[in-house]
Amino acid sequence: MTEHAIQVDKLSKHFGDFIAVRDVSFHVERGEIFGYLGANGAGKSTTIRMLCGLLTPSGGHATVAGHDVASSALSVKSSIGYMSQKFSLYLELEAEHNLEFFAGIYGLYGKRLRHAIDEVVERTGLTEHKHAITSALPGGIRQRLALACSLIHKPAIVFLDEPTAGVDPASRRDFWRLIRELAGQGTTVFVTTHYMDEAEYCARIGLMVDGVLVALDTPEALKRTWVPGEALSIEGRDLHKATSAARALQGVRAAELFGARLHVRYADGVPIDRRVLTAALCSAGAQVEGMEPTEASLEDVFLAVARTSVQNQESA
Amino acid sequence: MAAFETIELARDYGDVKAVRGISFAVEPGELYGLVGPDGAGKTTAIGCLAGLMHPTSGSVRILGQDPLARGTTARRDLGLMPQEYSLYGDLSVGENLWFFGQLFALKKKTYQQRVERLLGITRLARFVDRRAAALSGGMYKKLALCCALLHEPKVLLLDEPTNGVDPVSRRELWELIYEFVGGGMAVLISTPYMDEAARCHRVGLMHKGRIIASGAPSELTRSLEHDVCEVVGGDREALHGVLAQQPEVVAASPAGTRLRVVIVPGGLAAVEQAVAAHGASLRKVAPDFEDLFLARISGRDEAQEAA
Repeated sequence: MTEHAIQVDKLSKHFGDFIAVRDVSFHVERGEIFGYLGANGAGKSTTIRMLCGLLTPSGGHATVAGHDVASSALSVKSSIGYMSQKFSLYLELEAEHNLEFFAGIYGLYGKRLRHAIDEVVERTGLTEHKHAITSALPGGIRQRLALACSLIHKPAIVFLDEPTAGVDPASRRDFWRLIRELAGQGTTVFVTTHYMDEAEYCARIGLMVDGVLVALDTPEALKRTWVPGEALSIEGRDLHKATSAARALQGVRAAELFGARLHVRYADGVPIDRRVLTAALCSAGAQVEGMEPTEASLEDVFLAVARTSVQNQESA
Repeated sequence: MAAFETIELARDYGDVKAVRGISFAVEPGELYGLVGPDGAGKTTAIGCLAGLMHPTSGSVRILGQDPLARGTTARRDLGLMPQEYSLYGDLSVGENLWFFGQLFALKKKTYQQRVERLLGITRLARFVDRRAAALSGGMYKKLALCCALLHEPKVLLLDEPTNGVDPVSRRELWELIYEFVGGGMAVLISTPYMDEAARCHRVGLMHKGRIIASGAPSELTRSLEHDVCEVVGGDREALHGVLAQQPEVVAASPAGTRLRVVIVPGGLAAVEQAVAAHGASLRKVAPDFEDLFLARISGRDEAQEAA
């Protein structure tokens, strides 16, 4: 048994000439919520599928719950839960029958099966939906059912691949309450998401770009490293017309739209001249109605990492 | 004339009233957002507008025409990106685009120019030979949007186009959408991302088949009577637990290292007291569209439960 829940060393996966994952190394501690972020096609799902024993690595090693993913894929599968990006339950079955099916797959039957279902239904708040046909459940509840199915055999580690994609804001909060409870009880959670506010809940985050793990740290350390300096959040109209104008200003590191607002970040130590900024935005066709300092978020980090690697590719 | 509109639109599925009489009209060059929790009726409304199903009562108009009428030309002017998987999984990216180009009888040169541009903006060019079924969720969405834009429709209906799309690609898709809106396209978008809702010209907030609020996003957030605060100091995890127990708290969520809370009108003092006991204080912040959503939707459910 290794000490860590997940240990990954120089893991790679090739599909023909396409390198989906390249020499990725990291570990995940027991009971940790580990976030795995990256653009679409960056290799997140491919990594997860290797760690779940569903895909054989082209190179490198990984152990999950102490089992080698290449040589002991079956042992890996019995010690983990996996919630895939694509909804994978039987739509025409009742919620409870889906749970019974998955419990059966993991070798539960009789009293133990009933007990496991009762417990997971209680834990995920599905009691009132037990007898609903799965296809009739709203998206947020379906995702909770999918989570419940992946937890039925009490795995030490769960892999959640974009569990909240397309889920409304209130249901997303419910879902993350469950994830935090799970981790609080000692389950290791490996999760991918495109909602950067959710990523704030992760103890540590790995950021993938084009198959390469380019950053790995706590949310706070990532912000210090990738988005130093002060930033302003600007309110106004037609701000999307002025992003390039803001980026072209001296001392500006980044300018990104956050909803209807524009965030302009300056390089570390550069004094902010609001008049110059306002003038530049207005001459680009935007109207400025207000500006206030804003703190760095993980979305800033994501954008900084992704844009840096695009620039590197273009200059290479 | 509005580019598209719904007039007292209602649609039932058996006993289930999915849409219960909604009316809105969208002008050319306008971007209209439809937001609401799962099951609010957004997809059904879009399905009726697209002419995929008959309304139970009321009607829809695309450029003044009923999309289901005999001899209508509405469909030529209509682009639809459905939420579910709608492309041919066994065809490659390039083949799917070709298929849609053929469906709309595009001339070869026009087709080539548009495809080149769309593939460039969406950075799908290097995946042109990959089967659609083998694309990641986000790339698939980008391809579906390209297919819906290929014939440059006057009315574009987008049902949650950015689900599973990463933050960089989301911004790129929005640049694309803005560009077409700027060129006079009328766009309807449904989305679970509230930062995207804030970027629409007007938004309709749907709940249980009805539009419960509509208007410019900035006006809607200004009208919010709830208090929105950040929690300063204390231990975030511990405070999260404390706030979950407070009946005055509509929602608590992380904002950087802090927590952001939406508090019912008149509940500020009680929450202040609760966090003070854990060494923290509240600092008021300007509400955003997500705060509005949480306040309007959870407020409703409680009111209905109480009734």
